[in-house]
Amino acid sequence: MNKIWILAKRELSTFFDSLTAYIILVAFLGLSGLFTWIYGADIFMRNQADLQVFFNIAYWTLFFFIPAITMRTLAEENKSGTIELLLTKAVTDWQVVAGKFLACLLLVIIALALTLPYYITVWKLGPVDHGAVWAGYLGLILMAATYSSIGIYTSSITNNQIVAFLLALLIGVFFHVIFEFLGSNFTGTIGGIFNYLSLGTHFESISRGVIDSKDLVYFFSLIFLGLVLAETSLSKRNLAD
Amino acid sequence: MDIILENLTKKYGYQKAVDNISFHVKTGEVLGFLGPNGAGKTTTMKILAGLLAPNEGDARIGNFSVKENPDEIKRVIGYLPENNPLYLEMPVIDYLDFSASIQGMPKEKIGGRIREMIRICGLNAEKHKKIGELSKGYRQRVGLAQAMIHDPQVLILDEPTTGLDPNQIVEIRRLIKELGKEKTVILSTHILPEVEATCDRILIISKGKIVADGTSENLRKQSQGRELLRIRIEDGERNEIIRQLQQLDQVGLVDPVRGIDSCYEVQSRSKFSNRRAIFQLCVKNNWILTEMTPVETKLEDLFRDLTIN
Repeated sequence: MNKIWILAKRELSTFFDSLTAYIILVAFLGLSGLFTWIYGADIFMRNQADLQVFFNIAYWTLFFFIPAITMRTLAEENKSGTIELLLTKAVTDWQVVAGKFLACLLLVIIALALTLPYYITVWKLGPVDHGAVWAGYLGLILMAATYSSIGIYTSSITNNQIVAFLLALLIGVFFHVIFEFLGSNFTGTIGGIFNYLSLGTHFESISRGVIDSKDLVYFFSLIFLGLVLAETSLSKRNLAD
Repeated sequence: MDIILENLTKKYGYQKAVDNISFHVKTGEVLGFLGPNGAGKTTTMKILAGLLAPNEGDARIGNFSVKENPDEIKRVIGYLPENNPLYLEMPVIDYLDFSASIQGMPKEKIGGRIREMIRICGLNAEKHKKIGELSKGYRQRVGLAQAMIHDPQVLILDEPTTGLDPNQIVEIRRLIKELGKEKTVILSTHILPEVEATCDRILIISKGKIVADGTSENLRKQSQGRELLRIRIEDGERNEIIRQLQQLDQVGLVDPVRGIDSCYEVQSRSKFSNRRAIFQLCVKNNWILTEMTPVETKLEDLFRDLTIN
């Protein structure tokens, strides 16, 4: 665990050193702030003291931003060869993957923490369902974790950051939109399967404030799958074929 | 810790990059790994560093096998990869701190150790700069510093002196020699004088196979086994001198040096020395011997002989 934290800390400081972190934070807060408070079907049109609008916006902004955060994690190391150095240190492949994952997730959590003033503002405006707000944040974090693990996997299989980014979006779009669309077009078991695979279904049920173990299982298995795949592609170099 | 390679083979596809290599490096030995490009040096070192798995055979460091205990091996080795990849956006001092803590060094020792490495590698003026801002030579020093920071028992250095200036090369060679007294060091290089200057033992590989193994003097003798002298004899008739020299028992081959009068290259027969005989011959005939220089076989020639076929 200690090693994972050391790796995550280094990764996180790289985000801040290379300006990536600031750009992501500013863009995320700017976009979600704009659509939550100022533009379109914003929070005032809704006439209800909750953060549903923000959660819906963040659901999309994070979808695009997370691949941008994860794309360099392993692809850059593959390209510059630093991965060789890292893997010959006293760390396991799993710790490397977990450290990267933790760093990406922490950056997202920092971004979300910076939106807590929204919560406080709404709270001042009217009676807020606190449980629903926290559940919404939990939903966003789980979603971020899922896309981070997918992004780290796509970053592990290439040495090109753009490829990693696009591939992560491509895989993400299935969970984000396509499965939901298919689910609503099919009936019966097939429709049920697609509905279950759709990330939106689970996100909605959590952000409504219902934390069901079924949804947690869904998120955790996707996170785990992504990380295991990433680890497998790291240790592929070691296969004596 | 000893390094033992046993019948190590690594294939890339159908090509054997390393072909059934076995050798043993003892503690306190500096092994120079020589070979032309693509001979399998880097592959062998990567296997030792736990980066690649061998197809056949095994490599052991101390009691640990690269196959069964890769995690233990990573703790006792320091590895400098070929192109010295580093995190360019990190400041030198942060990077060394990261390298030390990731190797599991206790926190209270890290500070002192970093200062020591910065002093040894001459990084003091650059320690707060980002690695990306450093010149190639300084990056190489950072690479060496990170390999040695956790005081490993075994050092695997893939071309450690590339990009260094001559002063620094001398420094680093001295450092490696110093380290090599207690530790086990394997270094690869293209620079032949470097091997002679730093290494106790030389291993030449070509096309994945070991073609020579021994100290530099041993290798020279082994390849030639003959003594080569350049002599200058004055006051004698050229053909007569050559004829008489050739009649000596110990002398194998006499070659007049072109362009310079009265100068000859004399090769002895295997395992003989012909200096005394030549001197006595000159005395007998009243020739004046004005020069007698042993010509050393150069490591370069040996290297060419062994690796070009």
